[in-house]
Amino acid sequence: MKMRDVILFAIVAGLIIGTGFFQSWNSALLIVNMGLISAIMALGVNIQWGYAGLFNVGVMGFVALGGLAAVLVSTPPTGEAWAAGGLRVILGLILGAATMVGAILMWSRMKPGRARGFAMFGVLALGFFIFRYVFDAGVAAIEAVDPAATGYLGGLNLPIMISWPVGGLLAAGAAWIIGKTALGLRSDYLAIATLGIAEIIIITLKNEDWLARGVKNVVGLDRPFVVPKEIDLQNSPSFVESAAGFGMDATMASTLYVKGMYALLFTVVLLILLWLAQTAWNSPWGRMLRAIRDNEVAAEAMGKDVTRRHLQVFILGSAVCGMAGAMMTTLDGQLTPGTYQPLRYTFLIWVMVIVGGSGNNFGAVLGGFLIWFLWVQVEPMGLFLMNVITAGMADGSALKEHLLDSAAHMRLLTMGLVLLLVLRFSPRGLIPER
Amino acid sequence: MDFLNAIVALANFVLIPGIAYGAQLALGALGVTLIYGILRFSNFAHGDTMAIGTMFVILITWWFQSLGISFGPLPTALLALPFGIVLTGLVLLSTDKVVYSFYRKTRVKPVVLVMVSLGVMFIMNGLTRFIIGPGDQRFADGERFIISARDFKAMTGLKEGLAIKSTQGITVITAIIVVAVLFWFLNKTRTGKSMRAFSDNEDLALLSGINPERVVMYTWLIVAALATIAGTLYGLDKSFKPFTYFQLLLPIFAAAIVGGLGNPLGAIAGGFLIAFSEVTVTYAWKKVANYALPESIAPDGLAQLLSTDYKLAVSFVILIIVLLFKPTGLFKGQSV
Repeated sequence: MKMRDVILFAIVAGLIIGTGFFQSWNSALLIVNMGLISAIMALGVNIQWGYAGLFNVGVMGFVALGGLAAVLVSTPPTGEAWAAGGLRVILGLILGAATMVGAILMWSRMKPGRARGFAMFGVLALGFFIFRYVFDAGVAAIEAVDPAATGYLGGLNLPIMISWPVGGLLAAGAAWIIGKTALGLRSDYLAIATLGIAEIIIITLKNEDWLARGVKNVVGLDRPFVVPKEIDLQNSPSFVESAAGFGMDATMASTLYVKGMYALLFTVVLLILLWLAQTAWNSPWGRMLRAIRDNEVAAEAMGKDVTRRHLQVFILGSAVCGMAGAMMTTLDGQLTPGTYQPLRYTFLIWVMVIVGGSGNNFGAVLGGFLIWFLWVQVEPMGLFLMNVITAGMADGSALKEHLLDSAAHMRLLTMGLVLLLVLRFSPRGLIPER
Repeated sequence: MDFLNAIVALANFVLIPGIAYGAQLALGALGVTLIYGILRFSNFAHGDTMAIGTMFVILITWWFQSLGISFGPLPTALLALPFGIVLTGLVLLSTDKVVYSFYRKTRVKPVVLVMVSLGVMFIMNGLTRFIIGPGDQRFADGERFIISARDFKAMTGLKEGLAIKSTQGITVITAIIVVAVLFWFLNKTRTGKSMRAFSDNEDLALLSGINPERVVMYTWLIVAALATIAGTLYGLDKSFKPFTYFQLLLPIFAAAIVGGLGNPLGAIAGGFLIAFSEVTVTYAWKKVANYALPESIAPDGLAQLLSTDYKLAVSFVILIIVLLFKPTGLFKGQSV
């Protein structure tokens, strides 16, 4: 890190501390927490883009898979639902997977020709109908179990922090499938395939109620064991006493304490990941990736397996995004598939990486904090701007109301503009690659 | 009689909607494929170009309607369409001047252009939502049906009705005209030939004195026309909602890739392939099966392969299969 980088980090820290003084410490800590998570997501994208030049437009999907992991790991299993149709659904899924594996095996074992095509199609069609027959009844039975409160299988009832690596694994699995098909082809194809998988993951989460309740949301997730509940803190005499020692009332102190604990946890994760990413960057492996990125043909001539390295780095980056997704769902305490939008979870992360400096891990982290801060603060600013613009107009005029209503869409515009401006005039970002 | 009923039900719920949707996708995929062939990148902003073009058409339609101008039995939007195309063309040309031309000169990697087009996509998306709002807009007027289900039943005495919406008829006729004009332009005119030459071999085209800026300008204008027409037809047939147009990006890309990126004929074939797969996979076959099969083996359930929510997954799966087995597309497209 150079002096300039330290100053940049200090400026961002100053902005957040300023939020604490002028708005409230609660919102400042909220920005810190989400900034930490955004920084991890940006780190994941930077591993793909900065290290290897892979364009992943499906960050949202990997983040959502991480969120799913949080639910599947931490919620208590719904015994009744398991009894009603759990085994059926699992069996259905196994049959479905077996069909796919069978079809793939058949394709690779049989001789090319028309017979192979028909045989594979036959296996797939038959497998699909068996899968649907077994699976559908199970789903219906599960979703009928107290749909207002559960109606899903539930999870493993394990500590929620286990879901962070699990979320990474889920995302890595999805990335493997995408990478296997789209890598090694033109670079555009990976972008299109990731765009597609992200949309499909969200649609699946919204519709498969048996899995994570779909749009009915799973709320009230556990917290990591080090983070207590606010209400417990407020009821603990020793905490109230020490809060009073700082001159704070118990409610305020408890919310700050909880957010602070999250911030500590996330900082530890970020630091570990950052250390790993830096070590990888400076290792022979990192240099090889940069060589591949800068000249694929030359690297291939040196005997490097470009597609395999791409697959590897794509999976690693996606896993980091999935991990961040699980952490975010932990912080929110709920999984709400309806709120996943490409703008917020794919595009914003990209702006963070590009603005921060692609190819520099510290840049990605800086970008994560800075852009998240702006994202939070731009909306009130946009509304303020609209209020100023419309101040002269007559109350109740259609144009004024339209403009005020549209202030929310300013974000799309500003973020697109920021990306284009940075790409055009400062493509190396705030902390450039060194 | 039951067999006829089955055919009519099939036509009503699968064939006609499939043809109309396929035509819309084909027009969209033609735009993507042209940009890929000539400007050499996948344009992520295409869905939102369609949205912005349709928005212009809707605004002009409303203006015409307020003036009392109508197009008889046809929707007023058709009158507004040329104006919408001109406005969209202006938007695309200025986007090219301000954004893309710089990257063409510096000859960046294609993936950077894709990223730039993503930025353009968000700006266009933001503008559309800002001007017309994120909600649903219906702007079809004029006659609703060419044949309504009731008339058809009265005419033929069948139990099943066959309805052809006028928007579906208009879609197919417009698409045929547009495709015919496009192919005539590409194959017969000087500009069209220079565009094809540029797409085939850029250096050779430059060497033989083709002006690249002119080729690029015509490409954007044609793309504006295709996108606006595709978007307007889709909006007339279903409804206009900015988010839906963003989601159309996936089937459109799938169609263009299935047909072979850079190959206009392939884009059309791909559009219909995707549309029919989507419709057949998400259609509940119960009705057709009940007519066609003897009662003993007719299905109890809906006989629907996938719920309509998953229609995006259909184009995605087709895309993956093509990428796995024939990455250049079914028709020969440009490089892998």
